[in-house]
Amino acid sequence: MNQPKVAYQPSDEVDFVIVGSGAAGGVLAKELSSNGFRVVVLEQGPYLKEAEFSHNEVEVFVQHQLTNNPKLQPTTFRKTPQDKAQVQPSVMYGRCVGGSSVHFTANFWRLHEIDFVEHSKVGDIPGAALADWPITYSELEPYYTKVEWEVGVSGLAGASPFDPPRSKPYPMAPLPVKGCGVIFERAARKLGYHPFPAPMAILSQPRPGRSACVNCGFCLGFGCEVGAKSSSLSAMIPVAEATGRCEIRPNCYVHQIPTDKNGRATGALYFDAKRNTHLQKAKAVIVCANGAETPRLLLLSASAQHPNGLANSSGIVGKHLMPNSAAIASGVFEEQLNDYKGFTVSRVFHDFYELEEKKVGFYGGGGLDARFGATPASFAMGGLPPGTPKWGKEFKKVLHQNYTRSMDIFCHATSLPVESNSFSLDPDVRDAWGLPALRMTYRDHPNDLKMMEWMAARAMEVLDAAGAKQKWHLPIQEQQFAVHLLGTCRMGKDPKSSVINADHRTHDVPNLFLCDGSSMVTSGRGQPTMTIQALAFRAADRITVLAKSGEIPG
Amino acid sequence: MKPAGVARRDFLFQAGSAVGAAWISAQWPAVVAAAQHAHEAVRSATPVNFQVLTPSQAREVEAIASQIIPTDELPGAREAGVVYFIDRALHTFAKDSLPTYEKGLAALNRASSTKYPGVKSFADASPEQQEILLTGFIQEHGPQSAGARGIGPNASGDFFGTIRMHTLLGFLVDPSGGGNRDYAGWKAIDRDPARSFSPPFGFYDKGYPGWQPTWPESEKK
Repeated sequence: MNQPKVAYQPSDEVDFVIVGSGAAGGVLAKELSSNGFRVVVLEQGPYLKEAEFSHNEVEVFVQHQLTNNPKLQPTTFRKTPQDKAQVQPSVMYGRCVGGSSVHFTANFWRLHEIDFVEHSKVGDIPGAALADWPITYSELEPYYTKVEWEVGVSGLAGASPFDPPRSKPYPMAPLPVKGCGVIFERAARKLGYHPFPAPMAILSQPRPGRSACVNCGFCLGFGCEVGAKSSSLSAMIPVAEATGRCEIRPNCYVHQIPTDKNGRATGALYFDAKRNTHLQKAKAVIVCANGAETPRLLLLSASAQHPNGLANSSGIVGKHLMPNSAAIASGVFEEQLNDYKGFTVSRVFHDFYELEEKKVGFYGGGGLDARFGATPASFAMGGLPPGTPKWGKEFKKVLHQNYTRSMDIFCHATSLPVESNSFSLDPDVRDAWGLPALRMTYRDHPNDLKMMEWMAARAMEVLDAAGAKQKWHLPIQEQQFAVHLLGTCRMGKDPKSSVINADHRTHDVPNLFLCDGSSMVTSGRGQPTMTIQALAFRAADRITVLAKSGEIPG
Repeated sequence: MKPAGVARRDFLFQAGSAVGAAWISAQWPAVVAAAQHAHEAVRSATPVNFQVLTPSQAREVEAIASQIIPTDELPGAREAGVVYFIDRALHTFAKDSLPTYEKGLAALNRASSTKYPGVKSFADASPEQQEILLTGFIQEHGPQSAGARGIGPNASGDFFGTIRMHTLLGFLVDPSGGGNRDYAGWKAIDRDPARSFSPPFGFYDKGYPGWQPTWPESEKK
């Protein structure tokens, strides 16, 4: 790892410029540079190292140290295309080297076979545009395994009877169980479900340069100070840099992919930290900017040649946004769990992964996890039972009692792809760089709201079976804020109904590739990062083959 | 698809030798030292003079914070130095909230002397009077916007919501964030200030026998 870091000039035509250094960008950077290519990664956010991460909730939650800052990059929201969007924070994503993989929970579920073929299995659902993926689970399986071994995922293979087939066990044992995990496991078994140790992208054993989890408790929302969380920052970027062929260039805000007269991408145009504009030239461009910023960049790249935006001959860039459905139930117990210690999730069950529509009255499915991840101030603001006084002696007493005795059950589930649910450019609002703001249009499919009600009721039953002293769930309402940014440049065989093909190449621009949550055709059951990274490893293989056989015209 | 030849049951036993306690790597003490340093820096920088709040405003802020998290057998906002955190907030991340504070404090003081003639300001009122005053103030000015989860800057001009958020942050933030002096806030919520832990964490995971499969092989879907 003592290779001097490489630095390219924007005028150097590198093999690949990758936009975004997150879950997908980090993997592609590592794979392509390891395969001998010269790579520049342009990252919007800063390059923070593990030693710079803190437990400071002000920095992380109020000052957006690791995520997009709505003051600099406002977003707008509306429910339907007929409404005028209002300025309101509507998305959250990682904005630092490593992207959202720096602050995420690190739940690492594979998709199951069903997730790739839902349309074939269930047919058309009114109001939704369900489609099959152009790849199957078995094609992606080797890459799921690769993710587990390369980034470091702890888990217990075969522990869930609902798991899809796998070619190798996990590289390391599960993390220890938490109190919430034990409570959940006992209750779920009483009800006939099959809880199992949560697969987590957090090390249970050390790896070179990275510690195993020390259970500090500042996990969800925070960067890991010991490199135990298997973020791109800790697991992929150092390997990419060590090749001596990959430059990570932070504080670079890409705002256009220019094209030449032949319709080929010439590189990426970006603002540097001083807001000077540069063009990083490259033979091919790979956009891994997340399911919001990837479509936004394509739309920002509209030109006379591409009036609807780049790679948008289908007109579906930005559409079919799926944020995953969610429901959260909380319980308070008699004795102390002290689950402020440790990572977030230790037990899961997948008994509801594929629900029978006839029985439940809606289509979909998901998984439930047992967790406690609230850091102290966040807990005081959002973790107490409804009806608790907001201040004074009683507030303080409940806070004291509950902080060590609370847990949550988080239900993660499908979102149906609805064409009008989308990201687009706001016609009026601009960001601090003068670029059109991201506009989100979203209204949950009624099916998904029904499912969330159903899931919340099941979670309440588990808390009941667990003997919770007190239990409640957050109200089920239409979502107006997205963290999982999926489906907005979906892959497919038909250029009329998809943006990229199974190689992640855009149908319209032969040297432009997209890989991140936007590539997903359906939403899965709520833990997309594992799949995004498997897709990225697979894309890297495909792109390497194409490049080596001269099939990427620069 | 059935990938090459490893039975699921083999995985169970191969991976079954769970690591009991988490490892603490060699680099961990260095991280702790750095955090400790930040903590000390904040402590030594504790201002004697407030930078934004006037002395009388600071007195009012402390009185309100002490109503939000009173002192009893456990430390409250006063012991955690919340007023210093708020003063710092008002010239750093919460600059925009200063007008909200100025207006809110003035309004609360007016309400105090109106309701209790002879009482010059909120801080001058007795704790019992303060509780009544604050209850009335919140009723009059609408409920604070308590987000479902998480923290966000409150730009709505809602004074109580803003000062409540800042008080909770100042009480409970990791001391590197400039509040929670001597971990007073964490004492009040029973949080151990250590920066790494080993299981068992609490009552329920003590004596956990380890995960065991309960389903028969035939049950696999």
